[in-house]
Amino acid sequence: MNAQTPLLKVEGVETYYGAIRALAGVDVEVHRGEIVCLIGANGAGKSTLMMTICGQPQARQGRILFDGEDITRVPTHLIARKRIAQSPEGRRIFPRMTVYENLQMGASLDNQTYFKEDVEKIFTLFPRLKERQAQRGGTLSGGEQQMLSIGRALMARPKLLLLDEPSLGLAPLIVKQIFEAIKLLNQQEGLTVFIVEQNAFAALKLSGRGYVMVNGKVSMEGPSKELLANPEVRAAYLEGGHH
Amino acid sequence: MEYFIQQTINGVTLGSVYGMIAIGYTMVYGIIGMINFSHGDVFMLGTFAALIMFLILTSLVAGMGVAAMLLVMMATAIVMSSLWSWVIERIAYRPLRGSFRLAPLITAIGMSIVLSNFIQVTQGPRNKPIPPMVTKVYDVYGVTISLKQILIVLITIVMMTAFWYVVTKTSLGRAQRATEQDRKMAALLGIDVDRTISITFVMGASLAGVAGAMYLMYYGVATFSDGFIPGVKAFTAAVLGGIGSLPGALLGGLLIGLIESLWSAYFSIDYKDVATFSILAIVLIFKPSGLLGRPEIEKV
Ligand SMILES: Nc1ncnc2c1ncn2[C@@H]1O[C@H](COP(=O)(O)OP(=O)(O)OP(=O)(O)O)[C@@H](O)[C@H]1O
Ligand SMILES: [Mg+2]
Repeated sequence: MNAQTPLLKVEGVETYYGAIRALAGVDVEVHRGEIVCLIGANGAGKSTLMMTICGQPQARQGRILFDGEDITRVPTHLIARKRIAQSPEGRRIFPRMTVYENLQMGASLDNQTYFKEDVEKIFTLFPRLKERQAQRGGTLSGGEQQMLSIGRALMARPKLLLLDEPSLGLAPLIVKQIFEAIKLLNQQEGLTVFIVEQNAFAALKLSGRGYVMVNGKVSMEGPSKELLANPEVRAAYLEGGHH
Repeated sequence: MEYFIQQTINGVTLGSVYGMIAIGYTMVYGIIGMINFSHGDVFMLGTFAALIMFLILTSLVAGMGVAAMLLVMMATAIVMSSLWSWVIERIAYRPLRGSFRLAPLITAIGMSIVLSNFIQVTQGPRNKPIPPMVTKVYDVYGVTISLKQILIVLITIVMMTAFWYVVTKTSLGRAQRATEQDRKMAALLGIDVDRTISITFVMGASLAGVAGAMYLMYYGVATFSDGFIPGVKAFTAAVLGGIGSLPGALLGGLLIGLIESLWSAYFSIDYKDVATFSILAIVLIFKPSGLLGRPEIEKV
């Protein structure tokens, strides 16, 4: 595939939960090396989009292309094997596995080939996880679970990293630390990131481009700088916020 | 005192067989929350597979050693039980995944009837005996230990150790535990959840096959209805030990084997099942999740 093909292309995707339409024709593109953010109110459909990309649930209408290849009907585990990793909403740490085992689960794709080397990177990124490696996932604090969820996703050596609200419930200092880590991975390793955030200000600062979602549709898109300056965005997502 | 030790040895032997069957109930329940009611018949299939192989070997191969024969019988039982379980999971249980909880349960009861009726029709309804294979007994200070008891306990120890290793130390075991704890997340990490569930059924079935071959060697008979009583006992063992827990299944099996043989020794043999189930009821009142099971309440 040539460099112009977007890494991820979502075309007119509609997703349903039973009869309820959660995504009403969504178009999104993410190019290699980008950090793209998705903001929107509660219930807008952000998490649904993240999960639809991974085939859980599958889109009823539209197409999802990864690296030019149609993955709309591909089963979830095979999508993961194409190197799309997600730190999903709610973190979904395996509660009765240790931190170490959770990280091993992240490295399942390569049969632990790069585990030793990669886990050291994760421990450098989140020293807290190193201290806690023998502890069971379910007993970690919320912030520790968030670090573990991101670390686990990174262990898969993803081409595309999907992050669903990595800042949720975390202290500002930790948020800063996590966002810096994401930025570093993006700059140093060219990691492509698609990130959903409630914390719109921080997300727009971090990303190069952004999408705003309202009621299952993209209502606005553009360079993050422009969205930051846009009065509508400011009124809906930023005023009274964190800046 | 010798009598007590004697009965304890008998109980441990029986309990090992229950424990091996119980593993299948507990693993399948652990991974998909389904009580696989046809698992007892998978064990029964194992006894018949071993029996048929015994007949083939004795009539076709002259002068085969008993150890080699046992190995071949065991392998046959493993293959047949696993194959049956694998097919049933594919065609009967997998399509029902995600439907209401009772659907697979009812299907499992159906599959149980299918298999036991099939064996009844093809093998006949009466007990099928084989001549004793392993007859050596040892006398240790007035207590009789037979070689076949030693074999059963040894094989149980080996199988349990292997299973414990697979589940706790290997990537397959991790995939099984991940699937058990959060199926969707496991898939997001590239785990083929359907395949992992299939393997779990096959692992449980292969142990039931081993148990079936051991049972045949020990008692020397096979009957189409053997899936029921030992199946229910093994299921009880799994619940007693804490369903979902591997060590629990073995512990439950041993306890039930011991209760049965000790109760029969000192009280009325007619009431041995009453004793077993009373103890189950008492344990569940004080520890609803079983002896080694984890309580339902959990911070996630
Ligand atoms: N499993 C489900 N079954 C039925 N409806 C669902 C399900 N998951 C989400 N929904 C509905 O779909 C819509 C979109 O939900 P989604 O979780 O994608 O929103 P979101 O943008 O991620 O919100 P938040 O910011 O609160 O996380 C909501 O109306 C929600 O109630
Ligand atoms: Mg969400």
